[in-house]
Amino acid sequence: MTKTFSIGGIHPNKHKITSQSPIVDAGLPEYVYIPLKQHTGAPAKILVNKGDKVKVGTLLADADGIVSSDIHSSVSGEIVKIDDVQDAFGYDEKMIVIKVEGDEFEPSINQNPDIIKDIPFSSEEIIQKIREAGIVGMGGAGFPTPVKTSIPEGKKVDCLIVNGIECEPWLTADDRLMIEHAEEIVIGAKILNKVFGIQNAIIAIDENKSEAIEIVQNITRRYVGVNVRVCKTKYPQGGEKQLVSAITGREVPSGKLPIDAGYIVQNVGTVFAVYEAVMKNKPLFERIVTVSGDECAEPKNFRVRVGTPASYLIEKCGGVPDETAEIIFGGPMMGQTIININAPVTKLTSGILLLSEKETHRPDMMDCIRCGKCVDACPMGLRPFLIGICLRNNMIDELKNIHVMNCIECGCCAYICPAHIPLLDFCKLSKIEIRKKQKGK
Amino acid sequence: MLKVATAPHMFSPIDTQRLMLDVVIALIPAAIVAVSFFGLNALIVILTSVAACVMWEYLFVRYLLKQKSTINNYSAIITGMLLAFNLPATMPIWMVFVGAFMAIVVAKMAFGGLGKNIFNPALVGRVFLFISFPVQMTMWMKPNWHDFFNADVQTAATTLGILKHLDTSSSATSLTHEVEAIHDIPNYLQMFIGYTGGSLGEVSALALLLGGAYLLYRRVITWHIPFYYLATMFILTSIMWLFTDNVRYEPLTHLLSGGLMLGAIFMATDYTTSPMSIKGKIIFAIGCGLLTFIIRFYSAYPEGVSFAILIMNAFVPLIDKFFYPRVYGTGRK
Repeated sequence: MTKTFSIGGIHPNKHKITSQSPIVDAGLPEYVYIPLKQHTGAPAKILVNKGDKVKVGTLLADADGIVSSDIHSSVSGEIVKIDDVQDAFGYDEKMIVIKVEGDEFEPSINQNPDIIKDIPFSSEEIIQKIREAGIVGMGGAGFPTPVKTSIPEGKKVDCLIVNGIECEPWLTADDRLMIEHAEEIVIGAKILNKVFGIQNAIIAIDENKSEAIEIVQNITRRYVGVNVRVCKTKYPQGGEKQLVSAITGREVPSGKLPIDAGYIVQNVGTVFAVYEAVMKNKPLFERIVTVSGDECAEPKNFRVRVGTPASYLIEKCGGVPDETAEIIFGGPMMGQTIININAPVTKLTSGILLLSEKETHRPDMMDCIRCGKCVDACPMGLRPFLIGICLRNNMIDELKNIHVMNCIECGCCAYICPAHIPLLDFCKLSKIEIRKKQKGK
Repeated sequence: MLKVATAPHMFSPIDTQRLMLDVVIALIPAAIVAVSFFGLNALIVILTSVAACVMWEYLFVRYLLKQKSTINNYSAIITGMLLAFNLPATMPIWMVFVGAFMAIVVAKMAFGGLGKNIFNPALVGRVFLFISFPVQMTMWMKPNWHDFFNADVQTAATTLGILKHLDTSSSATSLTHEVEAIHDIPNYLQMFIGYTGGSLGEVSALALLLGGAYLLYRRVITWHIPFYYLATMFILTSIMWLFTDNVRYEPLTHLLSGGLMLGAIFMATDYTTSPMSIKGKIIFAIGCGLLTFIIRFYSAYPEGVSFAILIMNAFVPLIDKFFYPRVYGTGRK
């Protein structure tokens, strides 16, 4: 019997239409736009100047502080501009613009596709390599991986959980990565095991990814200490806390991180990047991106260089039809609509979706009928309807008491609400209001 | 034209209207049974009740509140059907209109409409009629499914009425009287199918269970309220039956007769007037069961479902305050 997390959850349509499409190389655009902030924490410090020639993998900017990350060039060519460029959501952000010339790699990068299995490095060496490769959590959070893998004094990892759930509808980047690079991911898990000094990694995969399950399972038979665990499909199982519950039956204490319960959760994309960084000296400058959606003419999974404009990828999939209502970075449950189609793909962009009005239509809000569906759906055990009521009545202290800060913003409540009340927006606003009030004190 | 919107970007296809429509669909088997057993009278009462509820809501919203009509959410249709299901087939039409007024205008719209009322509107309508017109409200037609046009209307006692009669008469009257009364109690099959006297929609446990199964399948309701309500009743009557060996407490008879099935499946599960969380729903349902038991056995009334649910309705805000889900990561290791 496959297991899943016990509190809440929903079953939206999966729409995984690209799960059979092999990853194709997106090729090189004319220009790439590399943002200095592709992670939580401070933007990286620029190390290069306009006019500099760079190669694929050249360090462009250095991590500014512990919770920050190195940024590398994803192409070879000349830096033509270092300036504010509008990002996907309409904000100006400092980016390095590189005109692409050829495709010359830094000599330190091992371009040989052969799989290397022996791990001759020490724990410190591995963390150093992960740091130098600029790896961040690729599931979307963008938390710098070297920080997450450096276990604080007094805490102990029992188990590494490799997150291959990909519960967002439409997206298949992680699914394809597991199918096509299963062995690298398993070795990546072994590398992280070595860092933590444990022999226990679990690769969690949704039961709807049967091909990935079979392939990864076959490979883990040859590796001691890495196992596959199939989870019953439910959204938002890819959330760290939900995944810990699904795998172990235990919960991460409120306000704490999985490490406090003895678990480290890493996305399969991150683990793959760790393998490439440690074994091939390859910095994180490309990732898998699903371009899909009901308006997308030719949905595909791409291997994309960071900084490639979204429009370049969308053009390769048949362009933007007139009927397209929303273009989304990420999945339809937690992703954001973009307003600038020329904005670049970053280390965190798992998908680009072109959705129709029919798919994204949000009907007018009606009165709450107290059906309780939001309460049943919330995977954190919150009462979204009450959060809405408290917010609208400006009861900020009460909001804190009903644990709105625990909200993981998965969107289950807003998805399920039959009266179309924007409950997720209320939750996000509540957090802002609470923070405002705390600052004011 | 591209839109900018906040997440999520997809929504469940089940909206308020669809939920309400599902309840209407779930009520149809019971309506069919009512019309086949009680004939044209039943059809007239059901149609009148629905029409009256929709009319009152429309008039109230359009002419008193001067707002956009809310009848397209179908909730008035449900109230109308449920009210009719709580009335006898012989109910005079004008009384149905009065009941509908109490249900829609007083119990629902005066509190702010769908989602804001404290008490179940259909039950308020029923209890108002029950107290105002006790004679008409307890005139039960004998089911006759060969007589659609109600050419030969005969009255019959309800099962619970007979049991109550046993209770009050047992000390005074003779044993033969009691035996005769017991003889009048329909058998289980009759009760299950609904070929007995009673309110229109409450007679057939089979039709109500069918509707309930549909609601569960469509995930309109969860199983908790019906299950705990019926289970509480079953356990309490079983205990009494085992200890007293009195036919009055016979558990299956109590499950299958009166408004218990209708109440447990359709009235106590009303979204607005039941608790939000699963824990709260269980407390609520057990409370309903307990009160129904007390009223059926220790009050002057043979039947207690409506009063029990209305009383528990009043406790819903309190239940919601004290029973809610455990927040993830708190309380448990």
